[in-house]
Amino acid sequence: MNIARVLATKGRNVVTIEPEQSIRRALALLCDHNIGALVVIDGGGLPIGIISERDIVREATRDEQIFSRAVAAIMTREVVLGVPEDELISVSHTMTERRIRHLPVVERGRLVGIVSIGDVVKAQRDQYQGEVETLQTQLLAQG
Amino acid sequence: MARPGTEAAPLRVAIIGAGPTGFYAADHLLKQPHLVVEVDLFDRVPTPHGLVRAGVAPDHQKIKSVTAAFDKVAAHPRFRFFGSVEFGRDVTAADLRRHYHQILYSTGAQTDRRMGIPGEDLEGSHPATEFVAWYNGHPDYRDFHFDLSEERAAVVGVGNVAVDVARILCRSPEELAATDIADYALEALRKSHIKEVYLLGRRGPAQAAFTNPEIRELGELADADVSVVPEEVELDPSSRAALEQKPDRTTAKKVEILQGYALRKPTGKSRRLVIRFLVSPVELIGNEAGRVVAMKLVRNRLEATATGTLTPRPTGVFEEIPVGLVFRSVGYKGVPLPDVPFHESWGVILNDKGRVLDPDNRQPIVGEYTAGWIKRGPSGVIGTNKPDALETVECMMEDLAAGRVLEPALPHPDAVLALIRQRQPRHFTYPDWLKLDEIEVSRGRAAGRPRVKFTRVEDMHSALGRS
Repeated sequence: MNIARVLATKGRNVVTIEPEQSIRRALALLCDHNIGALVVIDGGGLPIGIISERDIVREATRDEQIFSRAVAAIMTREVVLGVPEDELISVSHTMTERRIRHLPVVERGRLVGIVSIGDVVKAQRDQYQGEVETLQTQLLAQG
Repeated sequence: MARPGTEAAPLRVAIIGAGPTGFYAADHLLKQPHLVVEVDLFDRVPTPHGLVRAGVAPDHQKIKSVTAAFDKVAAHPRFRFFGSVEFGRDVTAADLRRHYHQILYSTGAQTDRRMGIPGEDLEGSHPATEFVAWYNGHPDYRDFHFDLSEERAAVVGVGNVAVDVARILCRSPEELAATDIADYALEALRKSHIKEVYLLGRRGPAQAAFTNPEIRELGELADADVSVVPEEVELDPSSRAALEQKPDRTTAKKVEILQGYALRKPTGKSRRLVIRFLVSPVELIGNEAGRVVAMKLVRNRLEATATGTLTPRPTGVFEEIPVGLVFRSVGYKGVPLPDVPFHESWGVILNDKGRVLDPDNRQPIVGEYTAGWIKRGPSGVIGTNKPDALETVECMMEDLAAGRVLEPALPHPDAVLALIRQRQPRHFTYPDWLKLDEIEVSRGRAAGRPRVKFTRVEDMHSALGRS
């Protein structure tokens, strides 16, 4: 199973933010959309970073004036980008090894979606359930 | 308006597409506690069960046993099946909105993905899905022609369908005669001149999509010797590293079986099945008559993406193989339904967890849903559609609870029955199917086969005593 399958039923909606916007704005977006990360994009809509709730929490313990600071100061710049052909198993390994929970997906240079660790868990669970269901049906079949 | 779902006002759901997904969705709906639901399941072909009947290989009967579960769903008093009723032609979305509270599209993937190479449309080049539908007796494909007088056939792809096609081409007439393959296909394959079948994978042995049991089956054919190219089943450094870092018994076993085939010597069987890895077709070459005579391949190497997925990249090395018959098997593809928003490049209905979305504002359209391959793309096994259908049904239940359903003017089940009788008087019901099923099985018993299929709609009507 690859990411394209996950995106097919999830839609291409990625909540993005510009680097010069404030953490206050970032928090409002995370809350309104009930998500854990925002993709930071440049003027052309290309991903240049990612800012997660964990990044904000970590910074907030260091600086209580965090709300008015710019996203650019806090975001993670080395963002791992996925492509639709990426296999779920590789994505799962990457998220585990690199301790990331969100993977923005680009296709032909454009941001086409984002896959979260929750999406991966759900897709693997559904895949597992589907295979078990199929195997059980066959094993119990008469002749 | 009172919420539908009671004895006095049942929730009326139309499901378009009676393959596994349609049945799983119907099952989830009919099992909702404290809810009275009536389900009408439509299909454009006379018989239900979709690819279980028309896609699963004839020599894989066990996989078809899932239909017993579908029969149980169909036995529910509030379930009806309408076969030979085509959405768009016989009933429209507007019709359905007048008779149902919710509509679910589960039409699967009706066409194939193209390779996108020159010569793809030469005579002798076919989608594997058409060949499969043909040998499985699908009435719409019965009259297709495949030239089996050629000696060399190539199947592009190494997934489940590709392996089925290669295996069926390599089966002896005796092996095929014991299956439910369509009679005309059995006759045609009896006269086949095919001596060599190539199975072409664009990635390496560790990435190939076929399963271990399927690969083993290829090594156990009565009348075909399987072979691989030893260099092509040696793991490249990236694959070897990946396997060492993330040990995976299934993949390791897969590679082991394939490497075992490199040590096999031909035993003089009538046919040869050659499995190639790390090659992609770049052109089909034809003769003056417009028939395919050769295929140009490029050799690939594997490159890791940022997440570690190994993808094929062409090298500058080419080769040409003579072939007279080509089956492309690089995926099924969804076909848009009239008036239903569609995502062209992904081949799926535009949706969010199964709720159909308006393309202009990306908001869910009231009363419209999708499940199965036309929702997420053609992947997974039969059972994969069960949790997929459940996700959609959960959205349907959420929307019902919030009062977000259609308001049909004529919800009574007799009203839509009158419409169907008018639009398609020669439709088929589930009891009709059960009668046809019984006849097919009894004809099979007489011939030592699981069943002998009806392959013409007219024959089905005759068998039911209808003109």
